[in-house]
Amino acid sequence: MKNRLKVLRAERDWTQADLANALDVSRQTVNAIENGKYDPSLPLAFKIAKLFEKQIEEIFDEEE
Amino acid sequence: MNSNKRKSGDWEKRTRQKTVSLAVWTALWVLSTALVAFGHVLFWGSDDLINVLVILLNFSIGIGMIIANIKHLREMDEMVQKIHLEAMGVSLGLAVVGGISYSMLDATNVIPFDAKIAGVVALIGISYFISLVINLRRYK
Repeated sequence: MKNRLKVLRAERDWTQADLANALDVSRQTVNAIENGKYDPSLPLAFKIAKLFEKQIEEIFDEEE
Repeated sequence: MNSNKRKSGDWEKRTRQKTVSLAVWTALWVLSTALVAFGHVLFWGSDDLINVLVILLNFSIGIGMIIANIKHLREMDEMVQKIHLEAMGVSLGLAVVGGISYSMLDATNVIPFDAKIAGVVALIGISYFISLVINLRRYK
């Protein structure tokens, strides 16, 4: 699944560690999501969307 | 971002605390296991009461270690939990399949020594570790 996490994070000038801290996950998990290696669960996807004040589909794209 | 940091609290700190707790329980369990294994040889001999008490102590500490491990797993984030779950699946499968094969080698006298539980425990530990490293690299 593709996502815009890296772009959204960069727009806010956050590090992966900042984002990980805000989401209560490890930096490795943020890195894996950004690189498309790991698809987050629905609760985590909602948490990400809420943090960036966007709809889930504005961040995640089901297309490979 | 700072407000988010405050809201999300101290996930890293909590994880570290659970890891330390697990390490302490594991160290205690290893020490109590050593006490069971060597205590009767070095200190109190074949006193059944002391042996039973020390084994009960070892068992109780083992239960504490299991609970600490569960708490440690629950504190991990979802991806790390998945990595550990997969590693556990591999090590459990290998322990059953490998353990039975090992036992059969002994039963059929293919190996010139008795199959010991320590071999299976070592297999679980090594397979868990290798599986963990492979999975961590996969999600990197």
